[in-house]
Amino acid sequence: MKVLVNIGKYFMMLGIVFSKPEKWKIFRVRLFNEIEAIGIKSLPIVTILSVFMGAVISLQTASNMDSPLLPEYTIGFITRSSTILEFSPTILSLILAGKIGSNIASEIGTMRVTEQIDALETMGVNSLSYLVLPKLSAAVLFFPIITIYSIVLSLIGGWIAIISSNLSTTETYVLGLRSFFVLGNIGYALVKTVVFAFVIVSISSFYGYYTKGGALDVGRSSTQAVVISSIVILICNFFLTQMILL
Amino acid sequence: MIEVKNINKSFGSNKILKDLSASFQTGKVNMIIGQSGQGKSVLAKCIVGLHEVDEGVVSYDGRNFSELDNFQRREIRKEIGMLFQGSALFDSMTVEENIMFPLKMFTDMSKKEMLERVNFCLDRVNLSGKNKLLPAECSGGMQKRIGIARAIAMKPKYLFCDEPNSGLDPRTSIVIDNLIKEITYEFNITTVVISHDMNSVIEIGDNIIFIHEGQNWWNGDRNSIIKTDNKEINDFVYASEFMGRIKLLMQKNL
Repeated sequence: MKVLVNIGKYFMMLGIVFSKPEKWKIFRVRLFNEIEAIGIKSLPIVTILSVFMGAVISLQTASNMDSPLLPEYTIGFITRSSTILEFSPTILSLILAGKIGSNIASEIGTMRVTEQIDALETMGVNSLSYLVLPKLSAAVLFFPIITIYSIVLSLIGGWIAIISSNLSTTETYVLGLRSFFVLGNIGYALVKTVVFAFVIVSISSFYGYYTKGGALDVGRSSTQAVVISSIVILICNFFLTQMILL
Repeated sequence: MIEVKNINKSFGSNKILKDLSASFQTGKVNMIIGQSGQGKSVLAKCIVGLHEVDEGVVSYDGRNFSELDNFQRREIRKEIGMLFQGSALFDSMTVEENIMFPLKMFTDMSKKEMLERVNFCLDRVNLSGKNKLLPAECSGGMQKRIGIARAIAMKPKYLFCDEPNSGLDPRTSIVIDNLIKEITYEFNITTVVISHDMNSVIEIGDNIIFIHEGQNWWNGDRNSIIKTDNKEINDFVYASEFMGRIKLLMQKNL
């Protein structure tokens, strides 16, 4: 029953979030601030994760190629496919759900328990639109850029690992990357990314905004935001894959 | 003038406000007093619309607030200034940005005009030159004064103060009380103060509403609260030994 109530509250919240901002100038400033907080500041962790995940994917593929019938370019092919289809859009989103989701839920949750949201409301500000819409817009706009960036770095990571381990040559690896390339897979990855960005920010904002109590409850909201966002990402991943790839 | 008529508010089975009616007069400091858990803060939150009333009417100068939707309420809320118990300053903004916030949000003032207004408000609360401090760098008393400065930035018609003296030393409390009184008279605002502090009540309360068991138990001014023989009020007002002695002294003098 509580789940149904929360789902209803979540969609009602979205209805209020998507109302016209009080002033576009203020919205623009907040949007750029959020792009910096959500997007730019995530780049270091995205860089590290992508390079090492790409390296590990290529090494694991190489170590599992026991059959002499498998061509050597399979390493590049598998690295590219795994990165575009799953690692960069989904695994990275799960990791960012932890980083960004907990940050958003605790920021908004703290504002709730310290009455800052009440202060906004009594001033006549639509607090949901003011706080959540710029975050949502920033994530939806910037997550696809992060995904493309992650794909590129992951493929570079795979190349470095293969070359430094003498498992293949650059030409063969690149041949693998270019083999059987389907441009639609990039579109699939970007659609998933946009949906996951929306899920992470909206669910985290929901748990932050409806926090009740004190510091302990802010922590609880933050944990719930990450757990529920991750579960919803996995469910959406399944349905999006069925709808787009099959 | 703000009027509440027959308002009821429950949280689950816990009935907090019971058929409560009261009026808060313009240009006066209206104080809501009462013991903890009697519904003072809930009443204030119902008046500003942070809680929905279950039944009854809240009206601002004849405008029925309870009947309006959220978007229509925002227009009335732009006329409200509120000082929260914990000050509720935006901690990522400087003092100047905090006070400028409603101006940026709702007016078309130029940066220079906004800055002039901010400096006027800071000057009014004796905090000139503190523009660039962050709330975390300010003391509790300063934060309350910044809260008042932010509340009066938009020249409000209604000012709400939720326990403005909580956590402050007696001297700073007097400064805050005097500030609230001066601002109320100077700008002819309808001020509503929620307080436990009997010093404040006696010092600045023009219209005092005593809430007991979720009802408007007693209504009067600062002179009549001292003389009343209402048991619940006397239990509240003369709870401390000090106030009890004052009462004995007054009775002797009479």
